Amino acid sequence: MPEVASSQAAHTRNLTGETFPRLLFHHAKVRGHRPAMREKYLGIWQTWSWAEVAENVRALACGLAELGFKRGDNLAIIGDNRPRLYMTMAAVQCLGGVPVPLYQDAVANEMLFVLQDAGIRFAIVEDQEQVDKLLEVREQLPQLDHIIYDDARGMRHYNQPFIHDIEAVMAMGRIHHQNHPDFLDAEIALGQTTDTGVMLYTSGTTGKPKGVCLAHEAFISAAKGGCQFDNLGEGEDILSYLPMAWVGDHLFSFAQSLVAGFTINCPESGDTVMTDLREIGPTYYFAPPRVFENLLTQVTIRMEDAGAIKRKLFAWAMDVAKRCGADILDGKPVSGSDRLAYSLANLLIIGPLKNVLGMSRIRVAYTAGAAIGPDLFRFYRSIGVNLKQLYGQTETCAYVCLQPDGQIKLDSVGKPAPGVEVKIADNGEILVKGPMLLKEYYQRPDATAEALNAEGYFMTGDAGFFDDDGHLKIIDRAKDVGKMANGAMFAPNYIENKLKFFQYVKEAVAFGNGREQVCAFINIDIGAVGNWAERRGIAYSGYTDLAAKSEVYELIQECVEQVNVQLVEDGMLADSQIHRFLILHKELDPDDDELTRTRKVRRNFVSEKYAVLIDAFYAGKTSQFIETQVKFEDGRVGKVAADLVIRDAKTLPVVRQAA
Amino acid sequence: MSEQNHNGRRVGEVVLDLQNISLRFGGVKALTDISFNVKEHEIRAIIGPNGAGKSSMLNVINGVYHPQEGRIVFRGEERKKMEPHMAATQGIARTFQNIALFKGMSVLDNIMTGRITKMKCGFLEQALYLGRAQKEELAHREKVEEVIDFLEIQHIRKTPVGRLPYGLQKRVELGRALAAEPSLLLLDEPMAGMNVEEKQDMCRFILDVNDQFGTTIVLIEHDMGVVMDISDRVVVLDYGKKIGDGTPDDVRNNQEVISAYLGVAH
Repeated sequence: MPEVASSQAAHTRNLTGETFPRLLFHHAKVRGHRPAMREKYLGIWQTWSWAEVAENVRALACGLAELGFKRGDNLAIIGDNRPRLYMTMAAVQCLGGVPVPLYQDAVANEMLFVLQDAGIRFAIVEDQEQVDKLLEVREQLPQLDHIIYDDARGMRHYNQPFIHDIEAVMAMGRIHHQNHPDFLDAEIALGQTTDTGVMLYTSGTTGKPKGVCLAHEAFISAAKGGCQFDNLGEGEDILSYLPMAWVGDHLFSFAQSLVAGFTINCPESGDTVMTDLREIGPTYYFAPPRVFENLLTQVTIRMEDAGAIKRKLFAWAMDVAKRCGADILDGKPVSGSDRLAYSLANLLIIGPLKNVLGMSRIRVAYTAGAAIGPDLFRFYRSIGVNLKQLYGQTETCAYVCLQPDGQIKLDSVGKPAPGVEVKIADNGEILVKGPMLLKEYYQRPDATAEALNAEGYFMTGDAGFFDDDGHLKIIDRAKDVGKMANGAMFAPNYIENKLKFFQYVKEAVAFGNGREQVCAFINIDIGAVGNWAERRGIAYSGYTDLAAKSEVYELIQECVEQVNVQLVEDGMLADSQIHRFLILHKELDPDDDELTRTRKVRRNFVSEKYAVLIDAFYAGKTSQFIETQVKFEDGRVGKVAADLVIRDAKTLPVVRQAA
Repeated sequence: MSEQNHNGRRVGEVVLDLQNISLRFGGVKALTDISFNVKEHEIRAIIGPNGAGKSSMLNVINGVYHPQEGRIVFRGEERKKMEPHMAATQGIARTFQNIALFKGMSVLDNIMTGRITKMKCGFLEQALYLGRAQKEELAHREKVEEVIDFLEIQHIRKTPVGRLPYGLQKRVELGRALAAEPSLLLLDEPMAGMNVEEKQDMCRFILDVNDQFGTTIVLIEHDMGVVMDISDRVVVLDYGKKIGDGTPDDVRNNQEVISAYLGVAH
C-alpha cells in the first residue's frame, strides 16, 4: 500500500515541521487569552489576544482565497506597522503564498521595480496615500488584480471593483469559513518548512534591489536561536515601529513574536513613537544607532537648558554611572561605596531618566545596521540598559553574531550566534553558514550563485576579523576598502563612523581611494548644532545658512581634528587622516537618492553628483559654487545653491616604524 | 436637481441666505447691500482686497455684528438679533484670523472646549466626576480623539498650544471648531502665514471635512490658487460691496474682479 505509506509520511512531516501559521494556531490554543498585539487608537491601547489574532488571520486568509489568491502567489504589503498588516503576513503564509513587505515611504516609481519583479497580483496597503501610489503606476502593473486597504478614511469615492476594504475581505472570509470549515486547516497542512515564508528586498546599495527568499525554517531557526540566547519568553513586550520591509523588524516583530509568543505593540503614528515607547515600556527593544543617538542628543539638549542644581545633580549621577554602572550591569565586582552611590543616583536621576526614555523595563536591547559610537554605547550601558550589538544581513535573517550578556566589547559585534558558522576568507571577507541562510534570490540564479560559494557559505561582502576572545570585528564593506595612492589602506566607513560619533555630525562621506589625501563631506545635525548656535546667539534661517557659518566650521573642524588624532593612534590608518573638509549645503536625503531607505550613503551616487566639489578638494580651492536639485516629499522639485567653503584640517605627522 | 461639487458631494438646498445686508460702524460703511447664499455641503469662498469687509461678513453670519439693514435666513428661519453663543448652539463653528486658542492649555483641552455647548452636566457634577459626568466626559473625549485622529495631531495631544508652530496651531483651531460637530463651518483665513506644504495639508483637511462629514464651509482666503482650487462658488467683495459671485472660473474672468485685484490701466 504505497499510497497510504506516503500520505502517512507526509502527515508526520507536517506535524513536526514548524511553519509560522502552525505556530500562530498553536499559540491561539495554549495561550489564547494572552495579548498578541496592541495598537494605540483614539488615544487608547487596543489589544488583540492570540485567539483573536488567529480568528482574524483565518478570516483574512479565507477572504483572500475567495478573491482568488493561490499557493505561490506573492502579496505586497505597504504601510506602517499595523496589526492587520502583520496578520496579513500570517494569512498569506497560511495559503502558501509569499508576503513581500515594501518600504512605505518610497514613492510610486521606486516601488514599481519591486512590484514588477515580484509579479505582484495582490497588494494590501495601509491607507489612501498608498492606494494612490499604486493607482499612479497601475498601467505598468498589468498583473495587479486586487488592492486591499486597511484604513477606510478618504476611500469613499474609490469605487473601482478591484479595490477592497479589508473589513469586507474579512467578512467574506468568515462566510467562506462557515461554508468550508476544513479549507484553511488543509491549506496550512500543505505548508512545508522549506517553503519561502517571506521575501524581503535588499535595500539596493549595489544595483537594483533583489528579492531575498527566506524559508519558514530559516526565520524560525534564527528566531529560536535568538530567543534562547536571550531567554525571551511570552512575557516580553516589544514596540514595532521600524519598517516592516526591513529584515530586523521581521525577525523581532514577526518571527520571534511567533516563536516565543510575546506581545508586539504598534505605535499610534510615526510621530508618537517616543510617547508610545514610554507608555508601553518594552522589555525587549531594537533600534538603529541613530535612534539611540537622537534620544541622547535630546536628553543632553534638555539638560543644558535645565537649572544649575539639576545640571550638577545630573553630572554627578552620570559620573557615578560611568564609573560603575556598566560593571554592575555585567555582574562584575564593584566596591560597596560605589554600589551605594549608584543606588542613590538610580533613585534620583537614572531611574527617572530611564522612565522618561521608556527604558525602565528593558531586559535586552539591540542595535545594528551601523556602527554605534563608544560614548553612546557606554552611556546606555552605564544607566543599566542592557544594550548589545548584533550583526547580520537580510540574507541571513539578521542573525549571524550576537553579543553575549556580560561579555560586551564596544568595537566588536559579538560571537557567532547558536547554530551559525562564521569563517574569514583570505581577502578578509566574512563568510557565513547555517540554517538561517536565504533559499535564493527571487528569479536571480546568477545572483544566488554569486552570493553563495561552492561550500554553501554566504559571502557577506563585509571585511572583518576575529579578536583573541573570538569576537568578530567589522572594518568596512569589503569592496569599499580601497588603497590610497601610497598603498596604505583606506576604509571610508571607518573614518565616517568616527566622525558621526560626534553629536554635531549627522552624516559624513570620505573620499581618498587612489588619492594622496583623504577629504570629507559633512552634514551637520541641525538639532544639536542649532541648539549650540542658539546658546551662542548665532542667528540662522535654516540648514543651508547654519551650515555656512564660520563658527560652525570651527566647531566641525575641531571634530575632524580629533578624528585625525584617533586615526593616528590606530597606526594602520594614520595615512587616512582628513586633510580637507566641507559642510554640505543640504542634508543627504533618500528622496534625492543620496541615501538608501535604510539611510546608508550611496557612495558612488554621491561622488558623481558632487564631483565638482571633489575636484575642488584636490585642486586646492578654498571655495566652490554648487547648485543642487532637491525633491520634496510631495514629488515637487526645487533647487538649492550655495558657495561652499573648503577648509584644511590640521593633520599629525605619520610616524613610520623603521623597517 | 443634482448638482455635485467638485469634491463629489451633492450640493443641496440653500441653508444660509443673506439678503441686502448693510453694516455700519458709526459713519463708516463696512458692508453695503450685500446678498448671497450658501448651499448645503458646498465650499463657499469670500475673497477681496484688504478692508473689503470679509471678516465683517463672517462676523455677521455668526452673530457678532448685527447689520442695520437686511435679512438673514438660516435653515428657513429668519434670524432675530442674537449672540454668538446662540450661533454655536445652532451648529455654526468658526476659526479666527489671529489664532484664538488657550495658549497655556494642551491641544487636547483646547479641542475639548469645542464640546462645551454639548455638555449637559452641571459644574458640581463635573467637579466631582460623578456617574453621569464621567460617562459624558468619556463620550466627549472619544469625539475629541476622533478629531485628533482626523487631523493627524496625535503626537502633540498633550503639548501646550503655545509651544506649537503656527501651522499646527491653525490645525488645532480647526480641530476645536470640528469638535463642535458643526453643520456650518466658518474659516477666517485658514491658510494665512503658512508655507506651501502647510497650505497643502490644510487644503486637504478642509476638503476632507467637507467630504466626510458633509460640513458646509464658508472661508475667507487671500491665496487665489487655494480659493480657485477648493471652492465651489466665490463671492468677491470690494469696499464693502459685492462685485462678483459665481464659480471660480466665472470670477476669474470677471472684469470688475480683475480691476479690483490688479488695478485698471488708464
